[in-house]
Amino acid sequence: MPFESLSERLGMALRRLTGRGRINENDIDEMMKEVRVSLLEADVNYRVVKAFIKDVKEKALGERVMKSLTPGDQVLKIVDEELKMLMGEEATPINMNPNGTTVILLAGLQGSGKTTHAGKLAAYLRKTYNVRPLLIAADIYRPAAVNQLVTLGKQLDVEVYEQGILKKPEVIVQEGLAYAKTKNCNLVIIDTAGRLSIDEALMQELVNIKSIAKPHEILLAVDAMTGQDAVNVAIQFNNALSVTGCILTKLDSDTRGGAALSIRYMTNIPIKFCGMGEKLDQIEVFHPDRMASRILGMGDVLTLIDKATENIDEADAMDMAERLQKGYFNYYDFLKQLKMIKRMGSLKGLLGLIPGMGKQLKNIDIDEKKFAYIEAIIGSMTVEERKNPDLISTSRSRKERISKGSGRSYQEVNALTSQFETMKKQMKSMMGMDETQMEKMAKGQYVPNMPQQKVKKGKGKNRGGFRF
Amino acid sequence: MGFFSIFKKKKKDNKALEKANKYRLGMEKTRNGLLNKLKGLFQSYDDITEELFDDLTDIFIMADIGVETTLDFIEELKEDERVEGIHTPEELHPIIVDKMFELYLKNEIVDTSLNLKEDDLSVLLFVGVNGVGKTTTIAKIAHRLIDEGKKVLLAAGDTFRAGAIDQLKVWGERLGIEVVTRPEGSDPSSVIFDAIKVAKEKKYDVLLCDTAGRLQNKTNLMKELEKMNKVIQKEVPDGPHETLLVIDATTGQNGLSQAEAFKEITNVTGVVLTKLDGTSKGGIVLAIRDRYNLPIKFIGLGEKMDDLEYFDLEDYIYGLFGEEDV
Repeated sequence: MPFESLSERLGMALRRLTGRGRINENDIDEMMKEVRVSLLEADVNYRVVKAFIKDVKEKALGERVMKSLTPGDQVLKIVDEELKMLMGEEATPINMNPNGTTVILLAGLQGSGKTTHAGKLAAYLRKTYNVRPLLIAADIYRPAAVNQLVTLGKQLDVEVYEQGILKKPEVIVQEGLAYAKTKNCNLVIIDTAGRLSIDEALMQELVNIKSIAKPHEILLAVDAMTGQDAVNVAIQFNNALSVTGCILTKLDSDTRGGAALSIRYMTNIPIKFCGMGEKLDQIEVFHPDRMASRILGMGDVLTLIDKATENIDEADAMDMAERLQKGYFNYYDFLKQLKMIKRMGSLKGLLGLIPGMGKQLKNIDIDEKKFAYIEAIIGSMTVEERKNPDLISTSRSRKERISKGSGRSYQEVNALTSQFETMKKQMKSMMGMDETQMEKMAKGQYVPNMPQQKVKKGKGKNRGGFRF
Repeated sequence: MGFFSIFKKKKKDNKALEKANKYRLGMEKTRNGLLNKLKGLFQSYDDITEELFDDLTDIFIMADIGVETTLDFIEELKEDERVEGIHTPEELHPIIVDKMFELYLKNEIVDTSLNLKEDDLSVLLFVGVNGVGKTTTIAKIAHRLIDEGKKVLLAAGDTFRAGAIDQLKVWGERLGIEVVTRPEGSDPSSVIFDAIKVAKEKKYDVLLCDTAGRLQNKTNLMKELEKMNKVIQKEVPDGPHETLLVIDATTGQNGLSQAEAFKEITNVTGVVLTKLDGTSKGGIVLAIRDRYNLPIKFIGLGEKMDDLEYFDLEDYIYGLFGEEDV
């Protein structure tokens, strides 16, 4: 897939223009063409693209770009700013009813991920707001949809109200709400059947459910991979139901998710959550400002930073930094670091968040099992060896024993110990910039499959520009 | 099963007419939208101008025909226009339709029929991202094959998603056919292994294998698919006879990435385009054909069991761009 980022595209357009002292309106037009294609490839609706380009062009024609020595960067900056403005600066919080039961209605096309996200939402809101959730299974049409919700409920230990498929959804919802009261559940999430936006009978059913349940939130599940049609879907559901927010699902795919921009631009419905994987805790609050760079194919440094701060315990990190400074780093510390990084999610996912890395990663196979191998090797060391790494690095017989114990080859053990030694040295020299050390240590060392140069490229790009 | 016999009878009476009708109904929104746009476009221009081509580009893009494919197409169209020396926008219309055919056919004979063995077991594997309608598609294809007199077995290879096995079981009951299952969380390859064994023992004609939806950028899941393929190949050396990539008609540019990734891992032999009954155009399949040379085999036009048709290029393109009275 030739999904170049907009910055690359603009760079190419500009190269075509080199040799001229100053750029003119035609050159701006040329760049706007690149912006246009880039947005269309990200599945932004063509109408949105048109309006957007018009705005950007007006701004780009100003002095700032025309006189700039780096017009490409200036245009990119304008595009980025405009996108961020359109997407909204901050995450829109979910409406929770502070004194009573919160009711959430989920709607969407077939296969957009409603049932899965009903489960995810229940777990997320229970954790975040300390509420007692109940799921109502109102999808009586798709075979086994009720079973699916029941299974999810069991996995999450959330109660599911279901009446099979013989009662009408409206009735099930009504009874479910009453049931929630008797069980003191103060969060009710209603899973409805997927439907086409043009299916009037089924839309009416949703309208009926809405009037019965009087939901505080009506969330529309939208597949992040949706193309031009996303706008139509959002508009039609919004017309019928007055949607209060969107869940952008399957955002862990490699889509650039221009649908998010289209929906926001055309309907002004805020996107509140995004689904980031098949596991039931993989739901995140949607940060619209970060989506801008993704749509432009420019990675997402902020999410990376967020993940790091969320999962790395500061006290732990400080403690470790101290030990490092004193040269005490041993295999126990190594293991601890490994676990911190593992908590942040898959390596490939993490690396994909680094600007410029997305494309390269497509062809790189990162063996996530490497972690397990390293853990196995360290697990086969004695307590003494873990505390004092020098014991191993000088002893062939110890390495052989560890190799046998862990089931990994001698070479692997050797590689790990020598890696460990280099790492120790590197880290000592890095101590001057201890804030970013965690992140740095994560790279380079644990992913021997990664070409070093590329890692460095990503690192270099995000090092200066972002606060940490 | 009285329910189905009604359909069968109706179908035998005027199958062709019904099929055309179904396309028309299913693609009504698509056709109306595009047709009106095209008409409006041709009426609003007196001349063939650069702006007209720009607008034309928008119409193609709106149908989710890939950006690159569209740009190439328009570029070729411009060249064509010069060659034929036409002057009014209306004259462009037939050329556009012509070129759509060319784009899809590429001077090949595109065979949309399924590669089924006459007197031996055929194994069909269904792959795709989450929520595209794989399980429903399998049920629809099973229904069609049963109609054609085949003995069909289903394998519940989606052992991951909650309720997926039940979903296929319900379809199996409705169709009155056997479904080979294992508990949720089992290795999907083992389900397929079991199913092949059953299929051989009981002399089934066709085995349809469901798989879990997987995003194409998840390496491990894609490897799992590779394993399933190997299991099939070991048991049925020339199988799978078809690996069908199921794509949701609302999918945008990501459809290309899907086609590329699945093609790399498995030998995808064709595309099933589902949910073409909404406002979506499914144009991405044209780009998929253009870029990855994958033919479309079936189109899902509705929610009913027999709302699945063999892909008919003529119907599709006329559905997209053709005359109102098709």
